[in-house]
Amino acid sequence: MGFLTDLFSNFWVSLAGKLLLVGLMIPLVGLVIGFAELKLSAKMQARIGPYFAGGRWGWAQLIADGVKFFQKEDLIPAEADKPVFKIAPILVLVSTVGLLVVIPFGPGLIFRDLSVGVFYALAISSLSTIGILMAGWSSANKYSLMGGLRAAGQLIAYELPLVLAVVGAVILAGTMSMAGIVEAQISSGYPYVIFQFLGFGVFMIAALAELTRIPFDMPIAESELVMGYLTEYSGFRFLFFFLAEFANMFSLSAIAVTLFLGGYWLPGISEDVLAWAGPVILMAKAFLLVFIMIWFRWTFPRFREDQLQSLSWKILVPIALANIAITAVFKVVF
Amino acid sequence: MTDTRLRQVPGMGMVKGLWVTLSTMFKTLFLPKAHLATVNYPKVKEQPVPRARGVIALDQEACTVCMLCARQCPDWCIYIEGHKEEKPPDKPGGRIKVRNTLDRFDIDYALCMYCGICVEVCPFDALFWSPEYEYSESHMGGMLHDMDRLQDWLLTVPENPALEN
Repeated sequence: MGFLTDLFSNFWVSLAGKLLLVGLMIPLVGLVIGFAELKLSAKMQARIGPYFAGGRWGWAQLIADGVKFFQKEDLIPAEADKPVFKIAPILVLVSTVGLLVVIPFGPGLIFRDLSVGVFYALAISSLSTIGILMAGWSSANKYSLMGGLRAAGQLIAYELPLVLAVVGAVILAGTMSMAGIVEAQISSGYPYVIFQFLGFGVFMIAALAELTRIPFDMPIAESELVMGYLTEYSGFRFLFFFLAEFANMFSLSAIAVTLFLGGYWLPGISEDVLAWAGPVILMAKAFLLVFIMIWFRWTFPRFREDQLQSLSWKILVPIALANIAITAVFKVVF
Repeated sequence: MTDTRLRQVPGMGMVKGLWVTLSTMFKTLFLPKAHLATVNYPKVKEQPVPRARGVIALDQEACTVCMLCARQCPDWCIYIEGHKEEKPPDKPGGRIKVRNTLDRFDIDYALCMYCGICVEVCPFDALFWSPEYEYSESHMGGMLHDMDRLQDWLLTVPENPALEN
């Protein structure tokens, strides 16, 4: 073990290890969630779903899909702004990778415990907006541009309730470090969702909108915008967007779990067990939230653009502000 | 609480919708036989209804090369060629009979939109609907069925259903 500690205390080795972990984690999580979505949506619609790929249950369906994307020609429209067109999917994926940095997977098991972890997570998640806007603009396609602008409008509208919803948990914990928030929940003995259920609800709705998933998928809206900002993308660039969507579902759920559901902690489990069970507990909680997202997607129809905006500005923002006021009063009085 | 009172609770519709998808999911997960709406296609096949528009069959004997089907076809997917053959008269001294014979009758199913106008319009009952549907091809050219293949489809045409009294 001493040899291993020495090896990983080397900056470059530990950096390479972390990069490898993240590089493996995003496709793996994307595959798992994507497959879960295929199968669960099938069951919700009384269908069988993928069945033959991989021999049993169609488990290899998404691997086959991924291989198919690599075979496709990498098309760039003649009128496109080529460098921007090429960078956009990478930027979206980078924001997904960046989100994983501040998620505490267990006690001390965190890529980097920033003192402004919450702030960093929200800032880096809005980076994908720029990627989407770049994709929409550079495609030189009216549907892409409409999709990109809708995405920008939607993400500006929902970034606000997302940030405001988090403030309640930050006030309760008294710290912005993600690990610190989990430790505060452990020491207080209850997950913050008990008092921050308003904040949790607003956060989950706003996170769904940030992910541009149904019922908030106006930027893609197949029936009116072809595929929105994704219209001109093919091959592995499309795969990047695809992976980023599924990995983002996981990382935003993990952040919600960390802030509101006690992160890697379960009541009644001792410190020693948490040290190795922490990542499992966090994953289980995050996948539960991912299931709810999938469940919502296959239940609800798409919002109209004006309904989308009024939901954010007229309902979610006031609720989040009221939640902050109540939490602050509660914190000061007790 | 009565059902109408329950319906007035805000957000009840959303809860109902969520319940529908969740309960369907568990039903199909645990009781797939009773609740699946689809079949596991290549392993299990559904019996198409007798009047299903699967493929068009040709009775070469009945065809008179009148071209009505080819002219009515909205997609122009029927290709017909024929020639006239002279036949000796039945009785000595009678007129020489002229008969149209079919050289080519192709239907391009890559173009066909299964409207059935050709079947409707045929005055000699030479075209029929068959419920067969498994004739996909790996090459586009294979979708052009020649008259022998169309004749073979005739074997799959079901009996006409009995007339109602």
